Amino acid sequence: MRRAYFKNNWIAALVVAPQLLIIFVFFYWPTTQALYWAFTFEQPWGGGNEWAGFENFRMILTDDRYWQSIRVSIVYAAGATILSMGMALILAVFADRQLRGYKYYRIGAIWPYAVAAPAVGLAFRFIFNPSAGIMSYVNAAFPGFWDPILNGDHALLMVIIAGAWKQVAYNFIFFLAGLQSIPRSLIEAGAMDGATVLRRMGDIQLPLLAPTFFFVLVINITDSFTDSFGIVDTMTGGGPARATNLMVYKIYVDGFQGLDYSGAAAQSIILMFLVIALTVIQFRYIERKVHYT
Amino acid sequence: MKSTFISVFAVAAAFGGAASAQDRIAFEYWYGLGGYLGEVVAQTCDRFNESQDTYQITCVSQDGYATAVQNTIAAFRAGKHPTIVQSYDAGTADLMMSGEFYPVQQMMADFNIEIDWDNYFPGISNYYAASTGELISMPFNSSTPVMYYNIDDFAAAGIDTPPATWEAFEEALRALESAQPEKCNYGYAPSTWVDLEQFSMAHGIPVASKNNGYDGLDAEYVYNTTQHVKHMEDIKRWLDEGLLEIKTSQGGINSRDAFAQNQCSIYFGSIASHATVHASAVDGLNWDVAMIPVYEGFERTNTVVGGASLWVLSGKTEDEYRGAAEYLKFLATPEEEKFWVSNTGYIPVTKAAFEQLTAEGFYDNAPYKGREVAMKSLTYTDPTPLTRGIRLGGFIQARAEWVAEVEAALAGQKTMQEALDTAVARSNEVLRRFERTYRGKQLP
Repeated sequence: MRRAYFKNNWIAALVVAPQLLIIFVFFYWPTTQALYWAFTFEQPWGGGNEWAGFENFRMILTDDRYWQSIRVSIVYAAGATILSMGMALILAVFADRQLRGYKYYRIGAIWPYAVAAPAVGLAFRFIFNPSAGIMSYVNAAFPGFWDPILNGDHALLMVIIAGAWKQVAYNFIFFLAGLQSIPRSLIEAGAMDGATVLRRMGDIQLPLLAPTFFFVLVINITDSFTDSFGIVDTMTGGGPARATNLMVYKIYVDGFQGLDYSGAAAQSIILMFLVIALTVIQFRYIERKVHYT
Repeated sequence: MKSTFISVFAVAAAFGGAASAQDRIAFEYWYGLGGYLGEVVAQTCDRFNESQDTYQITCVSQDGYATAVQNTIAAFRAGKHPTIVQSYDAGTADLMMSGEFYPVQQMMADFNIEIDWDNYFPGISNYYAASTGELISMPFNSSTPVMYYNIDDFAAAGIDTPPATWEAFEEALRALESAQPEKCNYGYAPSTWVDLEQFSMAHGIPVASKNNGYDGLDAEYVYNTTQHVKHMEDIKRWLDEGLLEIKTSQGGINSRDAFAQNQCSIYFGSIASHATVHASAVDGLNWDVAMIPVYEGFERTNTVVGGASLWVLSGKTEDEYRGAAEYLKFLATPEEEKFWVSNTGYIPVTKAAFEQLTAEGFYDNAPYKGREVAMKSLTYTDPTPLTRGIRLGGFIQARAEWVAEVEAALAGQKTMQEALDTAVARSNEVLRRFERTYRGKQLP
């Protein structure tokens, strides 16, 4: 493969400078600032800070509420990822089969990604409302069946469904693109050899979709750890009894509402390393099983 | 947004209209109130700008007290903060410890503006005063909780006077339940402000040691040992017996709207909602308000203020401070107090304004009738060391701990005593952390 390169390094530096500057201002600088706060007792109004060593981390890691928040986040990440990827895959396979009206259907399936998370939260809050929404009909038939206001499991399930719904569209785009890049001739050859639809899917389409699948998996897990804030904020506010207190929401509550800047900074450092670790694990162990064509 | 738009528009109009407008001394004011109440705040700014031609106040809605404080802190750290910020009652200790403010009483004295500080109701001024009694922030939108009840439902259940004790309240709940088995009797939403803070004030019992934190940063929460436990256990029992229903926004309709829509017969909330309930009540809803009950065997004491006060921040020029002082003075005039009180559900903060309104017959007729109940509750006794208010750091977090634990108890995951013990232990950690963060500093 031929590589393009610059003869003059100054031009190269000039070309990448804006990008580097943006990364520095919006990523490295805040991260180092958070790292600094995480090791100090930072006064919210900036009146001074004292070195704390690992005190903030010790406080967080000995707090059972924090571990509970990690558990909830993992359940949410796993639930939302499996649900949204599963749904997106099914939808993409159907769109790829070019059933009648699939073009409209394709646009319809992409559209939810453009909806802001708080709006999704509000819509689902209505759908799952135990006394006024759609679920109220179920509750009328089976009293006490659905109660996200007091039952933490119901509330978490509700948040997972809303989060997954929002993510389906994104996954759908990638799955559909992946499926459409598979050469038709392969599938047609399979069909001529007498392979059924399911057989073709299992032996040809899904293995060839593996790189896309892996990419979407990494993005989904990262996203569910870091981008779940809007939905939780509008739907449950972290409750009931912290049942939906995801790590990213806890950071917001402790840092911005509680003005505990140092504690929140330490939490975001931990979250950052957790997401990095998860991504590394995925690349090391799952990517091995992926074959790029 | 709308109120921001209005104030921006007002500024633009002022610049275009008067030639002298450009020479005006401009300063900013960020407020937390949103929606209709925020629009009324914006109107006070317009009225101030029209009343004189030396100063130009620009009022910016932050849509929420918490957001107002958060944004102000962020702006402060960047040196772009407003001169005045509206901050909520519970954030008082945090702001006091910041030290980044200009005490209003001192500011008024520095600019030779006469304000009769004794004119402020002690239940209000004590909340925002330093240990010396000097007011640090300016009392503004003030409220206190009351019991909203449906007169017709009470009459149908044979109750002719609203219950003054919690024992009578339980009897009333049972009477309502048998008279109207299908209807929600008491729409309840866990609220530290009503169930813990104001409950403790009315009973004269402590929320925390050191006189609720007024006497030092080393205070500790004690509400897991007071009558508050009994009260919360009663609420849990009423929930289990079907005497009350939980009504929260997360559940689709909050307790205030459930009351206004005639779904529930009773709800506890701020007197500030009086105007909202009036405006949103279904036709023919016959309702009134009463003071929150106290348990038998307790001498009722005063409740305290809720709402927000106005803080003047440090790092501004003398001209801006003079403008801020003029605006605060403007708000404190009886005419402006009346404007504010009659357009919102808030209560007057000065005795003079209250007396004037009473003399004018303001409280005699709907829609204002009933609001004097809040004044009665607030001034029921002179504040004792335990009923001055709450002066505890990180109180927003402590409130969240209480809510999370009470929710757990209401869901049956633990007993109420266990829940409150846990909430106290965790809130104490917040206090210790606050103390550690501000090591070597004292409350003003």
